[in-house]
Amino acid sequence: MATVSPTPLLKDELDIVIPTIRNLDFLEMWRPFFQPYHLIIVQDGDPSKVIKVPDGFDYELYNRNDINRILGPKASCISFKDSACRCFGYMVSKKKYIYTIDDDCFVAKDPSGKDINALEQHIKNLLCPSTPFFFNTLYDPYRDGADFVRGYPFSLREGVPTAVSHGLWLNIPDYDAPTQLVKPLERNTRYVDAIMSIPKGTLFPMCGMNLAFNRELIGPAMYFGLMGDGQPIGRYDDMWAGWCTKVICDHLGLGVKTGLPYIWHSKASNPFVNLKKEYKGIYWQEELIPFFQSVTLPKDCTTVQKCYIEISKQVKAKLSKVDDYFNKLADAMVTWIDAWDELNPSVAKSAELPNGAAK
Amino acid sequence: MPIPIKDDEIDIVIGALHSDLTTFMDAWRPIFSRFHLIIVKDPDLKEELRIPEGFNLDVYKKLDIDHVVGTSTSIIFSGYSCRYFGYLVSRKKYIVSVDDDCLPAKDNKGFLVDAVAQHITNLTTPATPFFFNTLYDPFTEGADFVRGYPFSLRSGVTCALSCGLWHNLADYDAPTQALKPEERNSRYVDAVLTVPARTLMPISGINIAFNRDAVGPALLPCLRLAGEGKFRWETMEDIWSGMCVKVICDHLGLGVKTGIPYVWRNDRGDAIASLRKEWEGVKMMEDVVPFFQSLRLPQEATTAEDCVVEVANAVNEKLGPKDPMFARAAKAMLDWVKLWKSVGVSSYSPGA
Repeated sequence: MATVSPTPLLKDELDIVIPTIRNLDFLEMWRPFFQPYHLIIVQDGDPSKVIKVPDGFDYELYNRNDINRILGPKASCISFKDSACRCFGYMVSKKKYIYTIDDDCFVAKDPSGKDINALEQHIKNLLCPSTPFFFNTLYDPYRDGADFVRGYPFSLREGVPTAVSHGLWLNIPDYDAPTQLVKPLERNTRYVDAIMSIPKGTLFPMCGMNLAFNRELIGPAMYFGLMGDGQPIGRYDDMWAGWCTKVICDHLGLGVKTGLPYIWHSKASNPFVNLKKEYKGIYWQEELIPFFQSVTLPKDCTTVQKCYIEISKQVKAKLSKVDDYFNKLADAMVTWIDAWDELNPSVAKSAELPNGAAK
Repeated sequence: MPIPIKDDEIDIVIGALHSDLTTFMDAWRPIFSRFHLIIVKDPDLKEELRIPEGFNLDVYKKLDIDHVVGTSTSIIFSGYSCRYFGYLVSRKKYIVSVDDDCLPAKDNKGFLVDAVAQHITNLTTPATPFFFNTLYDPFTEGADFVRGYPFSLRSGVTCALSCGLWHNLADYDAPTQALKPEERNSRYVDAVLTVPARTLMPISGINIAFNRDAVGPALLPCLRLAGEGKFRWETMEDIWSGMCVKVICDHLGLGVKTGIPYVWRNDRGDAIASLRKEWEGVKMMEDVVPFFQSLRLPQEATTAEDCVVEVANAVNEKLGPKDPMFARAAKAMLDWVKLWKSVGVSSYSPGA
C-alpha cells in the first residue's frame, strides 16, 4: 500500500470557534497546534467586559452587542449566558470546516506520553470516509494498521463523506449532574485507541467540548438551541444539535465519527448548578429520544436547511405538548435557518446531494 | 457489578482442526484449566488428537457425531462447523469458543488477557443497544453513561453474545490480506461496546462467547461455500451465523457486544492460495447484507428456535432463488432447529 501522506493543515479552510465568558488563558497550551488557524471567539455574558486574546493569534471576537447588531431581531435565536452561543460562530464563519473547543479543555497526552494534536486528528477524521451502513469490528478501516474485516461487503468499502468528528475527554468525563453527584471523584483514565462511525439509525449524545464538522456538509444543522438566560433548560445545547445532526446525516447519507482525539478536560462544573440546569432535560429527553428515533424526512428534503425546517415542523407538531418551550424552540430553529441563509448567501443552500443519498 | 458466575456454568468449546493441541492447550492452561472443555474433532481429520493431561474435558469425534446426528440431517459438521456440535451437546449456560490456532494475547500493559473472564464479564453485564454511549461500555470500571443518555435506557438488556478480537493475524478476507501480506494487527483498543440495535456487522467465529440459554440455537452451522476449506479465508459459516444471531437478538431485545478480549492468532495459511481456491465467498455478502438488513421477524416468534425457523423460511424465499447455496443453508437451518430440539435437551456422553 502507498505510504501514509502527512495530514494537510487546512489552515485557510478551518476556523476554530471558542465560546468564553471568563478568559482565554487555555490558548497558551494550544498555541503550537492552533496558531496557524483563524479563531472565532464568541464572548458570552457581559459585553462590556474585555476578554484578552493571547498575542499572536489571528481572530475575530463577537460579544452580545455584536450578535445583536449583526442579526437584529434574529439574534433571539442565539442563547445568552450559555455556551450554546457558540453556534453564532459557525454562522459567521466563512470556512469549510469548524473545530470547536471549550475553554477548560487542554492538550492531553497519549499513552506514550506524547502531546495529542487534537486538531490534526479531527482533520484526519473529517477528510477520510465514514462507514455507517455496516459496522467494522476493527473500527476505522482506513486507519493505518487496520482494514475492513472478512464479511464486509466490497460495495460498502468506499464509505460516505464524514460530516462530524466527535472527540472525547480524559480526566473529567462528560457526566450529567446525577452521575457527577454519585461519583464526584471518577476520572476517565482509559485511552481507547479507536475512531468509529456511529451506525445509521443510531442516536448518540453529542458533546460540544471537542467537536469538529464539515460546515459545508452539515453546518445549518449545528444549531445549539435556546439555553441559559430566560430559558427553562441548560446543558442540552449540544445534545439537541447532535440529535438533529444525526437524523439529517442519516437521511443525507453522511457519516458521523466518534472516538479519537482526546483532550484533557480540567474543570468539573458544580453538580448542583448543573442539576438545576439539566433537571427539565432529564425528563424531557425521555420524550425527545423516541421523537428523534422516529423522525422520518421526506425524499424531497435534499438539503440540510430543508431537513432542518422539516424537523422544526415536527418539533412543533409533536413536542409542544411536552412543554411550550418546544414551540419557542421550533420557531428559533426557523429563525436560525433564516439567519444562516442571510449570512451565507453565496451558498444559500448547502450542496444538493444526489437523490440516491436520501433515505 | 457483573453477576458472579460459577465455573461450572461455563463450557469452553474448541473445534479441533489440528490434531496436535499440545501447544494450544498448554498456552491456555492458566485460563482454561478451571473449566470443563468440550473438544470436537473435525471429522475430516485423520490423525489422532494429542491433548495434554490435566484438563476436565470431553472429546467428541466423528463416531460420536454420526451416532447423535446420523443421516437425519443435511448439516455437515466438518471443518470450522464441527464446533457447533459442541454447542449442541453442552448443557451449560455460557459457552466460550476460540479457534485452535489462537493463543492468549497480552493487553496494553503487557499482562496476559484472560479471555474467558472478559467474555463472561461482557455476558453478565447489560448491553445497551438502543442508544450509543460515547464512553463505550458504561458498566466497565471507571466508565459510566454520559450526559444526555436517557435514564430509562440505563438498565440495559441481557447480553447474549460477546465478540472478541484478534492480535497478529486479523480476520481479514483473502483479497485484503493478499494485498497487505505483512500487515498484522498490533493495536489494542481497550474497549467493549454494544453493537446498536438494527446495526449489522461481520461476526467472526474466531473468538466468541454466548449465552446458550438465550440464543443457543441461533448460532448455526448452515452455510457452506462451494470451496469451503480449513482456513478462515475459505469459509463464511460464522459470518452467516452471526448475521442470523444479530437479527434474532435485535428481535428478541437481547444485546451483542464487541471489542475486548483479544486473542493472539497464529500466522497460518496463504491468503493468495485461499483466494485462488475460494473467491466466491466475498461476493455473497452483496446479497446477504441487504437481505438481513430488511428482514423483520413476526411478533409471534418469541424464542430463538422460532426465530431461526422464520429466518430460514425468509432465506429460502428471498435468497434461495439467487444461489442454491442459500437454499441448502435454509434447509440446514430447519434441520438444525429439529436437531436442537431433540438433542439440545437430552443427555449424551461421548463414546457411548
